[in-house]
Amino acid sequence: MPGILIYAEVQKGEIKKGAFEITSKAKQLAGDVGGEVAACIIGKDVEGLASELAKYGADKIFVVDGPEFENYVPEAYVQAFAQVASQFNPSIILTSASAQGKDFTPALAARLKVGSISDCVDLSVSGGKLVAKRPMYAGKAYAMVEAVKEPQIASVRPNSFAIEETAGAGAVEKVSVSLDTSKIRMEVKSLELAASEEPDQTEAEIIVSGGRGMKGPENFKILEDLAHAFGPTATTGASRAAVDAGWRDHSYQVGQTGKTVSPNLYVACGISGAIQHLAGMGTSKVIVAINKDPEAPIFTKADYGVVDDLFKVVPPLTEEVKKIKG
Amino acid sequence: MDFEFSDEIKMLRKTAGDFAKNEFEPVAQDLDREEKYPRDVWKKASGLGLIGAWIPEEYGGSGVGFFGNAIITEEFSRVDLGMSLIIAGTFGCEAIYWAGTEEQKKKYLSLVSHGEAISAGAFTEPDAGTDVAGARTRAVKDGDEYVINGNKMFITNGDVCDFMVTLCVTNPDAEKRYKKHSLIIVESDRPGVTATKIHGKMGIRASDTAEISFEDVRVPVSNLVGDVEGQGFYQAMQFFDTTRIMVSAQGVGLAQGALDKAIQYVKERKAFGVPIASFQITQQKIAEMAMRVEATRNLVYKSAWYLDNHKVDPILNSITKYYAGETAVFCANYAVELHGGYGYIDEYDVQRFYRDAKILQLYEGTKEAEVLTIARRLLA
Amino acid sequence: MNTVVCMKQVPDTETLIKINPEGTGIVTEGIKWVMCPYDEYAVEEALQQKEKFKAGKITIVSLGPDRAIEAIRTGLAMGADTAVHINDAAFYEKADPYATAAALAAAIKDLEYDAIFCGKQAIDDDSGQVPAILGELLGLPVVTLVVKLEVSEDKSKAVATREIEGGHAVVEVSLPAIFSAQKGLNEPRYASLPGIMKAKKKPVDVRTVSDLGVSVEPMTVIKEMSLPPARQAGKILEGEDAVEKAKALAKALHEEAKLI
Repeated sequence: MPGILIYAEVQKGEIKKGAFEITSKAKQLAGDVGGEVAACIIGKDVEGLASELAKYGADKIFVVDGPEFENYVPEAYVQAFAQVASQFNPSIILTSASAQGKDFTPALAARLKVGSISDCVDLSVSGGKLVAKRPMYAGKAYAMVEAVKEPQIASVRPNSFAIEETAGAGAVEKVSVSLDTSKIRMEVKSLELAASEEPDQTEAEIIVSGGRGMKGPENFKILEDLAHAFGPTATTGASRAAVDAGWRDHSYQVGQTGKTVSPNLYVACGISGAIQHLAGMGTSKVIVAINKDPEAPIFTKADYGVVDDLFKVVPPLTEEVKKIKG
Repeated sequence: MDFEFSDEIKMLRKTAGDFAKNEFEPVAQDLDREEKYPRDVWKKASGLGLIGAWIPEEYGGSGVGFFGNAIITEEFSRVDLGMSLIIAGTFGCEAIYWAGTEEQKKKYLSLVSHGEAISAGAFTEPDAGTDVAGARTRAVKDGDEYVINGNKMFITNGDVCDFMVTLCVTNPDAEKRYKKHSLIIVESDRPGVTATKIHGKMGIRASDTAEISFEDVRVPVSNLVGDVEGQGFYQAMQFFDTTRIMVSAQGVGLAQGALDKAIQYVKERKAFGVPIASFQITQQKIAEMAMRVEATRNLVYKSAWYLDNHKVDPILNSITKYYAGETAVFCANYAVELHGGYGYIDEYDVQRFYRDAKILQLYEGTKEAEVLTIARRLLA
Repeated sequence: MNTVVCMKQVPDTETLIKINPEGTGIVTEGIKWVMCPYDEYAVEEALQQKEKFKAGKITIVSLGPDRAIEAIRTGLAMGADTAVHINDAAFYEKADPYATAAALAAAIKDLEYDAIFCGKQAIDDDSGQVPAILGELLGLPVVTLVVKLEVSEDKSKAVATREIEGGHAVVEVSLPAIFSAQKGLNEPRYASLPGIMKAKKKPVDVRTVSDLGVSVEPMTVIKEMSLPPARQAGKILEGEDAVEKAKALAKALHEEAKLI
């Protein structure tokens, strides 16, 4: 049956930006494959959030709301979504490839006895079938992938699609799901969320990143200042050299064995640009390199480069950014 | 003849290569500047069985032979020659292996294979290098002890070792010049042993080199290697036939490392709008480096294989040592040239490779000594 | 504690990727093959749990062609006890995450284990789906992106810390369960030389997918592969001093790139 169902993840009482991205895209794709766009939210006290999705194209929003869904447990969420999916019977299911999405999507697909295509950066329709473009080999190659059976399921890398407001019918439908709790063998004991309000590198729009040239942990403060100047959608990152030196926790590491990021702007400070680092941020829309070594490989990949001492460039840059933003 | 490596050798190479990459790279430059011996890295390598890997399992080693040891040496030297000398933590013990009594093997080989001791080989003297038989350190029997007096020079591990296998004159009145010496094991903490670290080496500055003086040092007669006096010169020759190959493996490693760095640099560095890798003179240099590395490597593997199969071809050994020294210096030199000005400063490793390489034409058999060995044997 | 470790042999991270002439895969000639780095964390975790409990058998299970035996031997050299090598080149060529998980599940289902460890993703396809699909096929709970693991004394449950955006979640799960390893879980050990020598004698059971009774088809198909468009070098911003260059950069970001 035609129709696209998207999974809208909720975190800290809000729908994640990735959900709006895939809703917008689903609306666009529905023009080609036909059918309605539906969204599904799962959680506790989430009903009030549902109507937000209508702005971006959702014709129906299924809400699974209950205390048993307060924390994400794969089995519970898979049962709930599978029930909604069998009810709506879409030809395509989209999720956002967040940590939860990457965990949830393949399990859901296997539950529905189909496959899924993970971490897609583009979607299109050809001959009525969904064609997904996804990176492989840490972004050193791309593959065009199709699903064999319906529903065709794909998880989408955050920041891949623009958020567009195209109103959908927005009918909210509460779904009652009776969980088979005998199958649930996991329980969330606690959540340790960082005090900082900064977005995760995989979801940030702007990343200011530091490498070996930072020379020490205390110097990352100037990068944090620049990120703050850019605004709440900016955060800091680090190359493997800085993490291995113990200057930053590995949760900041960008690169092949760290996080793969796709921000609008990536500012690499004192980073030479080894292949493994480029693999982690090569799909950034704009790359800026600040490095005193004119031979640093990163300059061959940067859209804008400044060959100078980063300690002399970054603070005045921060001042300029503050001035521009007013 | 099978030119494929066994799975064990492949895994061994990977462990040694990964170890060098992770443990040597971050500290090599600083250790070179500070002339500091990396005891902690030696200890870690020991724990993995990388030091004394050649020692048979019955004495605590991994039994991979001198071939396996050559592979480890090659992978270590590829990253840093100075630090690679932690593998010489068993230096001198090769003589105990070939010529020692069973008791001596059990005692000393297991000490170095278990990471409980570092050994040194004390042969060279201030006035006797190539002329091994010219060594004059005296060991005079006194009851059930030897009393040793003399000086040794350029002793690797001299200031960090726990014992040294020492070439001494025990039979000064022997008719033949080559029957006057014995090898005696001397523990470094014996009263009268003074080690003075040598500073200011051009290269391999992370390795320890010292002058040793012996003043009335007393050791039990059971420390006489092989329990027979007068065999020292021949035991030393046999020892050098072994270590010559290990040093040649160092040459292969350093040359390969220099080649790796040169290839990486010329692909990235641009001149006149294109990578310098597209220039023919650059290509000539790269090709010549690669040819020599490949040839040297095969000489080393063949020589090491012969050693493990108890065949020694002194001509082959000398060819290998000579060629390895030449190749290392040749490749380090071109690597610096290909880096241009950047090859001259210590931010880039090749300048250290250049300084380190020269020793391979000087120690463990000077290149001149090797040439004469080859010619004399062929013309005999 | 008995464990199973799912392991894949992949191209080394420094490999220069080239697409084959048919456009359906990469050129494999000259590639250096290694154990997937995330699988190293999985092997190391299995070793540490075995050491903690002072007993247990670690079985490596790997789907891969002939060459995969080298990565398997590396795992055995690190300390695993035995392995199952699902060696079926035709199946492997077409295998997508679903088919891979089905083959692994068939090899694992008759083994005894308290936990299954996987790496979070294979660094060639980067799909990261196998642990979750394996859980579905074997009927086991799955905890992904684990950075810390504590197993109870009686091995009936475990407390795992997993990475989520903005922090960590601590979950309790009953065993047996599947855990996928994220960087930070542990420091994988080098294969020691004694370990390498012992590895030759450890048994490796070689099977084909038909031996295992597996007859699934892949659920997703790669139609075409391509290289990313070459990123052009942009411009170097000039200025008298660092402050002037910073101003020029801010201006470019504002007026040209329109990012601020």
